[in-house]
Amino acid sequence: MDELVEEFITETNEGLEELDLDLVKLEQDPNDKDLLGKIFRLIHTIKGTCGFLSLPRLEKVAHHGENVLGRFRDGDLAVTPEYVSLIFESLDRIKFIVGEIESTGSEPGGDDSELIAKLDAAFLSGTEEAPEEPPVEVVEEPVIEAIEEETEEGTIGMATEAELEAAFAAAEAKSPEELRAELDGKKGDAPAAQAAPAASSAPKPAESADMEDDAEEHSTQSQGKSVSDQTLRVSVDVLENLMTMVSELVLTRNQLLQILRTQTDSEFTTPLQRLNQIVSELQEGVMKTRMQPIGKAWAKLPRIIRDLSIELNKKIDLKMIGQDTELDRQVLELIKDPLTHMVRNSGDHGIEKPKDRVAVGKPETGTITLNAFHEGGHIIIRISDDGKGLSTEMIKKKAIENGLATAEELEEMPVPQIQQFIFKAGFSTAEKVTSVSGRGVGMDVVRTNIEKIGGSIDLTSVEGKGSAFTIKIPLTLAIVSALIVESVEERFAIPQLAVRELVMASEHGENKVEVINGAPVFRLRDKLLPLVPLGELLQLRKAETPKNISDIKAHIQEALAQQTTSADDAKATEDNGTDDLYKDNVVSLDTATAANENTYIVVTQVGNYEFGIIVDRVFDTEEIVVKPVSGILRNIDLFSGNTILGDGSVIMILDPNGIARQTGELEVADNLGAKEKETAEKDQRGEKISLLLFKTGDSTPKAVPLSLVARLENIKSTDIERSGGQMMVQYRDKLMPLVPFDQNIQMKEEGEMPVLVFADKDKSLGLIVGEIVDIMEEYIDVQLSGTQAGLMGSAIIDGKATDVVDVMHFLDGGNGSWFKDHGDEPFGEDIASADGKRRVLLVDDSPFFRNMLTPLLNIAGYEVTTMDNAQEALQMCEKGSHFDVIVSDIEMPDMDGFAFAEALRANPAWTDTPLVALSSHATPQDINRGLEVGFDKYVAKFDRDTLLNTLSQTLSKTKQGGE
Amino acid sequence: MVADKTLTTGTSNKSKSERELLTIFIGGQQFGVPILQVQDVLGEQTVTRVPLAQAEVAGTLNLRGRIVTAINVRKCLGMPEITDKTVKQMSVVVEHNKELFSLIIDKVGDVLNPQEDKFDHNIATLDPLWREVSLGVYRLEGSLLVVLDVPKLLDMINTQ
Repeated sequence: MDELVEEFITETNEGLEELDLDLVKLEQDPNDKDLLGKIFRLIHTIKGTCGFLSLPRLEKVAHHGENVLGRFRDGDLAVTPEYVSLIFESLDRIKFIVGEIESTGSEPGGDDSELIAKLDAAFLSGTEEAPEEPPVEVVEEPVIEAIEEETEEGTIGMATEAELEAAFAAAEAKSPEELRAELDGKKGDAPAAQAAPAASSAPKPAESADMEDDAEEHSTQSQGKSVSDQTLRVSVDVLENLMTMVSELVLTRNQLLQILRTQTDSEFTTPLQRLNQIVSELQEGVMKTRMQPIGKAWAKLPRIIRDLSIELNKKIDLKMIGQDTELDRQVLELIKDPLTHMVRNSGDHGIEKPKDRVAVGKPETGTITLNAFHEGGHIIIRISDDGKGLSTEMIKKKAIENGLATAEELEEMPVPQIQQFIFKAGFSTAEKVTSVSGRGVGMDVVRTNIEKIGGSIDLTSVEGKGSAFTIKIPLTLAIVSALIVESVEERFAIPQLAVRELVMASEHGENKVEVINGAPVFRLRDKLLPLVPLGELLQLRKAETPKNISDIKAHIQEALAQQTTSADDAKATEDNGTDDLYKDNVVSLDTATAANENTYIVVTQVGNYEFGIIVDRVFDTEEIVVKPVSGILRNIDLFSGNTILGDGSVIMILDPNGIARQTGELEVADNLGAKEKETAEKDQRGEKISLLLFKTGDSTPKAVPLSLVARLENIKSTDIERSGGQMMVQYRDKLMPLVPFDQNIQMKEEGEMPVLVFADKDKSLGLIVGEIVDIMEEYIDVQLSGTQAGLMGSAIIDGKATDVVDVMHFLDGGNGSWFKDHGDEPFGEDIASADGKRRVLLVDDSPFFRNMLTPLLNIAGYEVTTMDNAQEALQMCEKGSHFDVIVSDIEMPDMDGFAFAEALRANPAWTDTPLVALSSHATPQDINRGLEVGFDKYVAKFDRDTLLNTLSQTLSKTKQGGE
Repeated sequence: MVADKTLTTGTSNKSKSERELLTIFIGGQQFGVPILQVQDVLGEQTVTRVPLAQAEVAGTLNLRGRIVTAINVRKCLGMPEITDKTVKQMSVVVEHNKELFSLIIDKVGDVLNPQEDKFDHNIATLDPLWREVSLGVYRLEGSLLVVLDVPKLLDMINTQ
């Protein structure tokens, strides 16, 4: 593509992009003169350049658009919403054509006559004289352009406007060449009187206005040009390259200086010192090319404040201090909008109306102060006002309205913490939405934008006195401070911004890494910090290594399969390769464990999620230049870039976000409540329950749900009596039958035997076991096996295979029907149905819980039917089975408890049957939801007593209700 | 890539330099890389490993302030690794998609300007992997020279 066209497209796109931001504002305030002027200028430039580059289609659209915009700008045509759409349409068309030129190199074919007709209609509307204009303009155009040419060459700088007009008038009959000659000749001495009559006679008023516009346009342009003559558009690539070369030069210099230090009295000393100095200056200079004064981002602010004070009838003074403070161009672009927003906020919310100010004894004019300065590698920008400050009461009210906090919580909170609420989404304390602020795009967006570039924002505010916001941003995004760490002999950089602190953990000290089911954690003060071993995460050692090897082997197998010739040879050599590789890995594994004595934990924070990265060594922090990683490595999201260290070696930069994502915290957001976390955890691991672990004769530990066990007793062997082959013991003034767990239990002649007591009301049964080991709260996954009577199956508990006991077997099978026959109905006659038993339907997907609850309910005198999924339970209910009460789990696959309840309640036959929800986490939200869908009661899964009480109460209630 | 193809298969109206090949050796086999693609030839370099990267990526290295991705060409070609740590390897630096890559090879030979009539297109029985990444074979006196299609080789790693 032609270089000129390319430049034109770049410029036009820049202009259009800028407009994009403002166009929304146009919709809100269609008569925004500033903006209309901006659009006009852009389109004017496009038109002018198009003629030069011969892009007729674009030129035509731009020309007709400009005509209309000119009238809007001059205010002789009011901008209605229709016209706004028309402007949008024209800009879209221009964008489209420019886009096509960019991609194809030439204008696309197509017809704009419809749009042009609309533009012309707009242009002609409203005034009678208007139709006269176009033809006249067409005649004049070449002449005007001739003058424009002159203008650009700068000669007009000497001529007055009158002369220009005179020249214009005279030019009607002259060629541009003659005109130029005349203009050159005139330079100041042309009698104004001579020109004046000509000027007044020739151009019509409309034209002269048009003409002046153009002259104005061009004089500003030529002014702009003289400034831009001193600056140069350089592509960032060139600068980057330059910076790279300078960095390399610095490294080379350092090497030279190193050599010099070993040699005394070298003749190189003096020149090298000079070189040293020059290189330093060069480095500084190159860095400077990226820097721009912050004043550039502030340029728009005075105007905004002026408009604001007019609009809101306030007197506001804007003070700007430290405009020359320089920062990286990239950062500058990113803070522009947040800054503008905050200054607007200060003007709109902060500064009071003049009479309010006077009333509280402040000067009429409010002051907003912008102050920028450097502080330790950061730029600090402070925006302060002497307005009314943040109203704590208002924020409190709003916080309660938005459900961010309760009144009680707010009562406890210190004022600064309450003030922080203004950074929450959707928080605007403006009482009404003005055109200025209060549209819900507020401080939360500001904070997000600032944090995005690694900055922070803080605020102090005293009610009645004013507010001050302090923004702290890094000087540049390209250079960051990073902590250099080592893991398995590889060095990595961690951006310092994410690092909270460093902790050293030793194997034998107080600070040691503990392990929960293979997951390392660390007690950091009063918190448990999840740890991520870097070596394993990056597959540099341990667990992941074998997988890696097998991957490689698979890869080789694949390659072998493809080979058609000399497969055997290749295989032999390939296998050697693999073995060697494996050996390498083993070695590194050994050295790693040896170095493991002392490990370092880099406490890292991503959002609100804090975790520790385990590394082998920590070096110091270094300022590094972040460079993007090569395209073929971009799929690894644990790295945010790479860089070259001072010693010339390449090092990968770790991305804390990526690590957080990969190590479990899927969504790092501060609204991730404890509940969701718990659910997520539960989904992965199953239910967490308390288990009593005990041993019998053999080595396998046994477990029984603690909720089923009433008491643990030690009973003296001598107290055991026998009656009819049944062991009994006098226990709390009653006889309690005793059952040995199995034959392996050696009945001791003397001493005590541990007994698990299962009780119901005043009846009990004792289970004699070998030894009680522990009580554990564990996630268990019972693998059922029906091989042995009395065992439900086995599960891995505390790392050991453990038999889970089927209590049912002992309660009704093992000991005849002792419990069943106990005669007195536990919850009174009134709940007994015709056959003396209440029918309970138990729906739970977990066989473990079905098996656990069934004996419980049986003991309590219910007849239990179990179903393992909600669909089948529903079918059963619909087929007409009768149940007095239904107990259902909430968390079930396919159809959960809520859906089940809803479906069940939809059936008229089941609208009155008591429905009890059973869940392992009963949060208020869950309970509410449960009640909404039709559950009568909500019971926590392991709360045995509550479940039984609830059942009896629910049943007696419905009975009474029914009678 | 299209240009590269014509470069070796092509017509006689090419300049001398366009036909010149830098010969490199990997595991006893002679390869050729079009000299115009070669930016640099390096001796043994310190390479920083990149964890989790494709097996073909040996790591990254610093070439005068630019970060260059080192490619293990032996792995790309399904050839065995050199296990003897004392053997010094060399690298040929090429540019592809505006990024620099350092191809780790055994050693570099002469720059050749083989005659067009000594050129053969790919041999059908060649390993499919090799056929993918070679542009053809030159029959040199006493040896055969496989012309490497470097962009193809690098693209293959990328698409894996």
